Amino acid sequence: MSSFDPELPLDIPLSTAPRQRRAANTRPVPHAILARAQIRLVTLGAMFSAAMLIVALRLVDATLLQTPTAAQELAGPQEVGAVLVARADITDRNGEVLATSLPTQSLYADPAKLLDPVAAARALVQALPDLDYEDVLDKLASARRFVWVKRNLTPEEVYRVNALGQPGLEFLTEQTRIYPAGGSTVHVVGTTDVDNKGQGGVERGLNAQLASGGAPIQLSVDLRLQHLVEREITKAMKDFNAIGGSGLVMDLRNGELLAAVSLPDYEPAAIGKAPEDARFNRFALGSYELGSVMKIITSAAGLESGKMSLTTFYDASEPIRYGRFTINDFHPERRALSVPEIFTHSSNIGAARMALAMGIDFQKEFFCKLGLCGPLKLELPEVGTAQIPAKWSEISAMTISFGHGLSVTPLHMLRATAATLTGQLVQPTLVKHPEGYVPSFPHVVSDKVVGQMRRLMRANAVVGSGKSANIPGYFVGGKTGTAEKISGKRYNTNARLSSFIAAFPMHDPRYLIMVMVDEPKPNASSGGYATGGTVAAPVVGRIIAQMGPLYAIAPAAVDDPLIRQSLALEIRSRRDAIETY
Amino acid sequence: MILFSRTDNSLFGRWWWTVDRWLLGALGLLILFGGFLVTTASPAVAQRIGLDGSYFITRQFIILLPSILVMLGISLLPPRQILLLATAAFGVGIVAMVITLTNGMEIKGARRWISLPGFSLQPSEFVKPAFIVLNAWLLAHPAVRSLGLPKLLPVGLLALTVTLLLLQPDLGMTMVVSAVWLAQLFLAGLPLILVAIGGGLGIIGLIGAYFMFPHVSSRIDRFLNPEAGDSYQVDRALEAFQAGGLFGVGPGQGTVKETIPDSHADFIFAVAGEELGLIWCLALLVLIAFIVLRGFYRSGQGPTLFVTLAGSGLIVQFGLQALINIGSSLHLLPTKGMTLPFVSYGGSSLVAMGMGMGMLLALTRKRTHTP
Repeated sequence: MSSFDPELPLDIPLSTAPRQRRAANTRPVPHAILARAQIRLVTLGAMFSAAMLIVALRLVDATLLQTPTAAQELAGPQEVGAVLVARADITDRNGEVLATSLPTQSLYADPAKLLDPVAAARALVQALPDLDYEDVLDKLASARRFVWVKRNLTPEEVYRVNALGQPGLEFLTEQTRIYPAGGSTVHVVGTTDVDNKGQGGVERGLNAQLASGGAPIQLSVDLRLQHLVEREITKAMKDFNAIGGSGLVMDLRNGELLAAVSLPDYEPAAIGKAPEDARFNRFALGSYELGSVMKIITSAAGLESGKMSLTTFYDASEPIRYGRFTINDFHPERRALSVPEIFTHSSNIGAARMALAMGIDFQKEFFCKLGLCGPLKLELPEVGTAQIPAKWSEISAMTISFGHGLSVTPLHMLRATAATLTGQLVQPTLVKHPEGYVPSFPHVVSDKVVGQMRRLMRANAVVGSGKSANIPGYFVGGKTGTAEKISGKRYNTNARLSSFIAAFPMHDPRYLIMVMVDEPKPNASSGGYATGGTVAAPVVGRIIAQMGPLYAIAPAAVDDPLIRQSLALEIRSRRDAIETY
Repeated sequence: MILFSRTDNSLFGRWWWTVDRWLLGALGLLILFGGFLVTTASPAVAQRIGLDGSYFITRQFIILLPSILVMLGISLLPPRQILLLATAAFGVGIVAMVITLTNGMEIKGARRWISLPGFSLQPSEFVKPAFIVLNAWLLAHPAVRSLGLPKLLPVGLLALTVTLLLLQPDLGMTMVVSAVWLAQLFLAGLPLILVAIGGGLGIIGLIGAYFMFPHVSSRIDRFLNPEAGDSYQVDRALEAFQAGGLFGVGPGQGTVKETIPDSHADFIFAVAGEELGLIWCLALLVLIAFIVLRGFYRSGQGPTLFVTLAGSGLIVQFGLQALINIGSSLHLLPTKGMTLPFVSYGGSSLVAMGMGMGMLLALTRKRTHTP
């Protein structure tokens, strides 16, 4: 402070009055001191002005330029903000609604606007008793500006919440998906999540198309037939105490799936409570060793190979031992069997010998040509792939010939069988083709073999294991399969898959049906067996019997000579010479 | 606006023609603004703490009257009586602060309040303007300006005041008082090097406070790193400014006051931001800037060094409090319990501000011997 001017007087003006009482003490400050103070005052003023300017700029920044995070949060789920292209409906082939969207109110909270989260949470739980108090309080006390409290309220619930009069509780109009057919079509149609995104089935497979709105998507499925198939399989599951089942009905002309059932199923609205098993698609996702139904493909392959004919015999007198494996028959004949006999007796030994006769490479090539080695294409995300052996060895070739060592989905099996009966690799679809559209498919099986296969299939329904599906007048032909399921590293003789795959009318196949029952237990009516013939074939029989009237398919005369001729088969056996039916 | 004739030689007549009517008008506008904002912001706070909705409004207006009367009354006094008033207020205030330390009410972790029948008082608010005027007198006094021990008197004055403030503790007021003291020394002609050293000491003191007071370190940490801690009030305040935008959501329509605990005091500017919008907030800033710059200008006119130092000291206090209050609600500064002069709710602050501005008005009255 050494620079202070020691000469400065005590300089308090004594009065503001114009007249000065003590003039001596009111001398103005020496010019230099005051001038310096004034200059420094200007500096101080400038500093203050600069600070004020910063504050003003920050104010503009905070009011106008900040990204409105709250507003962004309020926009919340983008689909909701974008609203409100109604998700397209899904109908069955006849226009019956399978999935539709309804506008609903969803409750959200803006915790910043809530006066008292605790009181609000208490009131909310009283108005909506299914909410959990702790959970609601957590949400209401959060620091966010947007929290969903409950989606898709009923009008009554909306009224009760509004009656609370709590600020900060608001509604957004959303859509909720309604599935009038419920569980029956859930494995086909699928579900959406709470944000209306497809979670499974066609809802997910065709999500983009559905989300963009517009005309309903018409599926190939016929809800009437779907119900029918579901009912019959459910009955079989109950009769045989089975754990599951699946059923497929395909139109062989164009690949449209008229029914696609996987049981057990679940109510789409209660997907959260559905057990995993019920959510598992058994017709397109589950790969199984399907057993003897695979002999359809083996027979077609053998006949196509040119190495055998319908009169070729193979020795089935002894089980085949191969390393640690033994291949045996379920109903051993212990003699040489002709190809038709191998089919109708379902001889594993015979099928294995056919596989060796046609050659491993040919077998593999033929199986793969029929789509049994790779993935499947369908309008669902739930599609399985074939599981083929790492090395298609001799023993693999033999076991694959009767349906073991190769896992495929029922839909794989359906498509391959369709090829042996029509010659074409029919592409299955769940979406209805436009009216009058006839798709063309690659030719994979010769006409000659197709004719032979129709006869074999028909013969099996007449004299073989498929008798119970032989509905008079519809000329059903089919093949059964009974496979032991693998549990751990062994085959379990008590856990079986019983299946039946059949087409009708066999002289000009139009419909192909496959039914699979998972782990049926023998009962009294089945004579102690739970096989494809006793469990699955009757289901198919009942389905066909009801499909006739449903689709107005007139039964043909049982003794129609033309039909009989086209399906006639000479079954040779060494013992009885020739048996014709 | 002629209330008194030019020739009216009465006390009020002379006052009217000599007082700075620009400053007076601006302060009046600010008081109106504050009355409005407390009216809209405080009911939410009052209801939240279980009081009648109009509790703070009633109290604010009841206190506004004495505050205005104090301001106008003091503005009538001549400078010498201002000095006497300041000396008396300082003496009483310091004693009251000492009593507060032992008998005061503890609110939010600090002993700043002394309970009197009917109301409570924060003596330090009144010590502030008194300290400023007293310091100005010391700095302008020839004995202090000459060589010798008296030169240490301003240092002693600061030390006494700051010690009592830190014991409460009240770091915000300590900062304001120290800054005003330094500004007054700067104006009085202290060499710049010493001003710089003083500023440096202030920053060191602040760093010391950071380590000494846990609530200070927590506030500064939260300011520097908002993610780390609870920055609830500031977040709500910034949302309020956003919600307000250019034109605001309308008086009384804001919702931020519902969620900010101190919306009627420390964060009242955020309420203004939300309800009145950018334009009115800028107008408020302009009003405050006008008062400060006008105060500086009038103080600079003298006619004596005492008037210049006292007037500008009072104005620095006013401006600094406004800047800190607005700055912390805009997240430019750590949150600091500082009232927005004449706008925030707060009894002692309001009356003390009336006292300070009354002194300013008194000191800046026109005098015939103005150079």
